[in-house]
Amino acid sequence: MTAAMPKFSDLDALYSNEEAKVATEMYEDPDLFQEEMEKIFKNTWVWVAHESEFPDKGSFKLSNVGLDPVIVVRDRKGVIHCMVNRCRHRAATVCEVKKGKTSSFQCPYHGWGYGLDGSLRALPYPEQYGDDFDKAQHGLLKLRTESYNGMVFATFKEDIEPLVDFLGPKVCKYIDLFMKQGGGFPVKVLGEHQFTVPMNWKVQLENTTDAYHFPVVHKSFLQSLDEATEDMFDFLDKGRGWVEDLGNGHSVMMMIPEREDLDSGLDEPIEDRFQELAEEIRAEGYSEDQVKKIVKAVGGAGFNLNLFPNVSFSLAFFRVLTPVSVDQTDIRHIAIGMDGGPQAANRMRIRLHEHFQGPMGFGSPDDAEVWERVQRGTKGGGQLPILVNRGMVDEEPGDLGPRGHISAETGMRAAYGMWKRMMVGA
Amino acid sequence: MTMVDANVLTDVTEFLWKEADILDRKDYDTWLDLWTDDGLYIMPIGDGEDYADQLNLCYDNAKMRKDRVGRFKAGFSISSAPPARTVRTISRIVVEEMSGDLIKVRAAEHLVEDKFGRQRVWAGDAYYTLKRSGGGFLLHQKIVKLLNSDGMLNSFSYLF
Repeated sequence: MTAAMPKFSDLDALYSNEEAKVATEMYEDPDLFQEEMEKIFKNTWVWVAHESEFPDKGSFKLSNVGLDPVIVVRDRKGVIHCMVNRCRHRAATVCEVKKGKTSSFQCPYHGWGYGLDGSLRALPYPEQYGDDFDKAQHGLLKLRTESYNGMVFATFKEDIEPLVDFLGPKVCKYIDLFMKQGGGFPVKVLGEHQFTVPMNWKVQLENTTDAYHFPVVHKSFLQSLDEATEDMFDFLDKGRGWVEDLGNGHSVMMMIPEREDLDSGLDEPIEDRFQELAEEIRAEGYSEDQVKKIVKAVGGAGFNLNLFPNVSFSLAFFRVLTPVSVDQTDIRHIAIGMDGGPQAANRMRIRLHEHFQGPMGFGSPDDAEVWERVQRGTKGGGQLPILVNRGMVDEEPGDLGPRGHISAETGMRAAYGMWKRMMVGA
Repeated sequence: MTMVDANVLTDVTEFLWKEADILDRKDYDTWLDLWTDDGLYIMPIGDGEDYADQLNLCYDNAKMRKDRVGRFKAGFSISSAPPARTVRTISRIVVEEMSGDLIKVRAAEHLVEDKFGRQRVWAGDAYYTLKRSGGGFLLHQKIVKLLNSDGMLNSFSYLF
């Protein structure tokens, strides 16, 4: 059989940069989904872990790069490796523990043993493979792995540009700003909420750069806040924020500009909602300068930094998507806090995370509902486009791409533009 | 194993079934009244038991319970307007400890939800600390550990 022609429409019909219209089959076509897994998820940097999730030599976590289950691990020298979780003999997974510490990975089927760097160390009765069996050729399939400010990315594309170049200086700047919510301590993962939603992965890709939905979908969350906090989240009416295309499909959505840099405004009085926390931190023996810095950091950053194709730094947490099938996507909302910071501060960050995020949060279930409603809605009216053209009317040029109103769909257009470039194979 | 008075088991069972019925009927105001003022409703993730300092699915004191119920009832939360319908059973009830006016009980909880024409099944261990009050009980602590609490879940528009 020769290579089959793709069954889906040509790329211009699927997404038009000029009109910013997305074809319905973008969420519905299983052949297109398979093509995306090859052309996008096997060809770019994909987020796999935060370094604090596997802090020690020999510690590891399971993750995914597109559809491929991978192991991310630190070897005895502290070097981070990422490899496909599949024995080179007969394909069994070599690890089914989600997180842990080990000195090696052993296949449960026939006992092939792999080192922390994925190299094949030993196998029972090797003589039946003959004298020229080369163990060096039978290590776990490795991915290229690089980190920036604690965030670990991996890629199947050996000759891809370095991670920092893919991100670019402006994305790196926003990552650095985001990590200031360590409050002077390293950022540490404190846990994660996981839920799967019957939706195409791109519905999620759009959502993290969608401020327009916030007062509608999250009205019941806003109603549960004190007045000052509710006012802080009123970024659509204030209209001072913006969305900016940062190149390579990445974008930033600046919702609360006064929280862009958490080191600024530290002279201002502590907000009422954090007074009790400030007292607790003082009681733990921190100086007043530290208390102010830590309290400000507890409140989280003021923006969503959306990295193509699978991770968002979202106000106060990491949001990770993993495509499962054309109409199913796994979502992780990863809580972060201060490594070695005051217990009261981390406790409050956890409570704030639980308030909005996850299967029982006051926010995530409503997000999940509308995402599913998109997938259900696209079953009908297949000839109708999905519109991501909001805010094109008054976009201005930014440093790397357009910059629009806080409720503009500029970030979606950035992501779909990258989607198209990668699907073309350029 | 200590012998538990059959009357205690009957009384506890009746209380847990009453609560389960209240939750299936989503009679949340009545549910709020079942609690002590300083009671905690917790759904943890994984096996850790340091609930205050770990990430849970929920960690609700009286205010959070009230806010949660308010959210369910106000009609502005699309996931709970309408919510999934539920049918649950509480069974395999074991009275673990009685001291003073507190009784510790654990039980199995099976719940089936229905929404959008699809059903999902959940199972978990429920741990209750009940406080004697008047002729009956109040909930002082309720911890529901879903079997797959650290796995991929869905969002919940109801309580366990």
